Amino acid sequence: MATLDSLYQDLILDHNRRPRNYGALENANRQAAGDNPLCGDRLTVWLRVDGDKIEEVSFEGSGCAITRASASLMTTSVKGKTRQEAEALLDRFHRLVTGLLPPDEVQALGKLAAFQGVSQFPVRIKCATLSWHALKAALADVRTPVITE
Amino acid sequence: MSSGTGAAAIPIQRSPWDSDPAELERIRQDFPILQRQVHGKPLVYLDNAATTQKPQSVIDAISRYYSLDNANVHRGVHYLSQAATEAYDTVRQKTGRFLNARFPSEVIFTRGTTDGINLVAQSYGRRLVPGDEILITEMEHHSNIIPWQLVAQQTGAVLRAAPMTDSGEIDLKEFEQLLGKQTRFVSLVHLSNALGTVNPVKEMIGLAHERGIPVLIDGAQSVPHLGVDVQDLDCDFLVFSGHKLYGPTGVGVLYGKESLLEKMPPYQGGGGMIDTVSIERSTWAPVPQKFEAGTPMIAEVIGLGAALDYVHALGLPSIAAWEHQLLTYATQELQQIPGLTLVGSASERASVLSFVLEGIHPHDVGTVLDQAGIAIRAGHHCAQPTMQHFRVSGTARASFGLYNTMLEVDELAAAVRGVAEMFI
Repeated sequence: MATLDSLYQDLILDHNRRPRNYGALENANRQAAGDNPLCGDRLTVWLRVDGDKIEEVSFEGSGCAITRASASLMTTSVKGKTRQEAEALLDRFHRLVTGLLPPDEVQALGKLAAFQGVSQFPVRIKCATLSWHALKAALADVRTPVITE
Repeated sequence: MSSGTGAAAIPIQRSPWDSDPAELERIRQDFPILQRQVHGKPLVYLDNAATTQKPQSVIDAISRYYSLDNANVHRGVHYLSQAATEAYDTVRQKTGRFLNARFPSEVIFTRGTTDGINLVAQSYGRRLVPGDEILITEMEHHSNIIPWQLVAQQTGAVLRAAPMTDSGEIDLKEFEQLLGKQTRFVSLVHLSNALGTVNPVKEMIGLAHERGIPVLIDGAQSVPHLGVDVQDLDCDFLVFSGHKLYGPTGVGVLYGKESLLEKMPPYQGGGGMIDTVSIERSTWAPVPQKFEAGTPMIAEVIGLGAALDYVHALGLPSIAAWEHQLLTYATQELQQIPGLTLVGSASERASVLSFVLEGIHPHDVGTVLDQAGIAIRAGHHCAQPTMQHFRVSGTARASFGLYNTMLEVDELAAAVRGVAEMFI
């Protein structure tokens, strides 16, 4: 079950059980929805942005353990970051879960490195990236739901 | 549960292999894929409602056709073409006997269940006018919803759906009330792929016929798991797929009453379906050729014939009886797992077990089971209205076939228990 453990790491199971920054954000000035039509899952990301800085971030929605844990860790990772920093992180996270990030850059991702195992489960990549796509849409103030397909 | 999971259409009897593991093992040897491993574990294949595995005899029939007998049908005077035509038409006769059709010409080969429903919707449905109603149920597969939505959009007809109860049964009173003066067609699933519910289709057909309304039965699951006698049901149309009956993909069957098929316009135009052709106009070949435009899926039809032979040799009553035992045992074992809820608890069920684990997404269940070599389906099973009724985005579904074992049910139950412990 080595492969399974690499997907469902303890950190991921923990954030699935107790997602951080869960629920609608009061005083949010940006929000975006992400849809995963194949799974029937949908989540919403709320932001309070001051200038270019993400002051507060939260999410809510249904999904598998990867979707929920990824959304939870996304919120803890981008809080306090600028839009440019968050988008750079999204880019590295996307390369991580698609197996394209050089090994020496993985550890620099901190807790997000827990999602490295997703690259061995191609059908779950969209689960790991759903909240990040919604984050990007919220930052860009896109009002229509983003779709992972 | 022993009284609650019966296969309604078939009197329960014992199958020859239910008390003889050696006989079941011999049957399993007929299916080469069952010998392989997945993720280093012996394959436990419990996704039979999606597609079944193929016995060697089916694989050999297709291989032999391409190796020795390949030619087009209904075309040539040469030896191979005539042999291919005879082999193709023999499967039509075999299928007619399998369904107890009055005439072989009532059997039309299609690409599958979906293709068969689209054929009827686009051909029979052409007579619909604004205000006419088509009645389906809330538990249909998308393939028995969308074709009717399309024909409703084209003709101005209205699509209605009979609701189901929270146990996953059709509310017969509501169904009867929805059979109104404007109802022109009824299309019903026999055995739900998402819930395992066996609908009382014979009674429902009777209610529709009292009002002169024709009925199509979606037999994608019931033909392989219950067996269907079209004259006993008195359905007007029946559709099923070869690949869910241990045969190849790409071939299915539409049964239709001759009197209806003869009055219906062609679905697709092309070679093979005509009598005479000029640039101005053409006349149609008789049924069934009228509905088989173009070169058909000859190898697949021949493969289907081998699958029918295989299933016939074992006997559908025996297959249904064995699957009933598997379902009863699996229901009993899974119900003991804390946090597990069965989705669909109809009094008559067959071959399908749908469930959710509290707080755990079905895709996580599917991924963990997959790593243990256990193949199940996780998701909405192409039955989103059914999922909406139960307010879930999807379920995990184990579905049984003739070759599954009680040991595999034990492995399923152990693995699901492991999932529950892992995520809670």
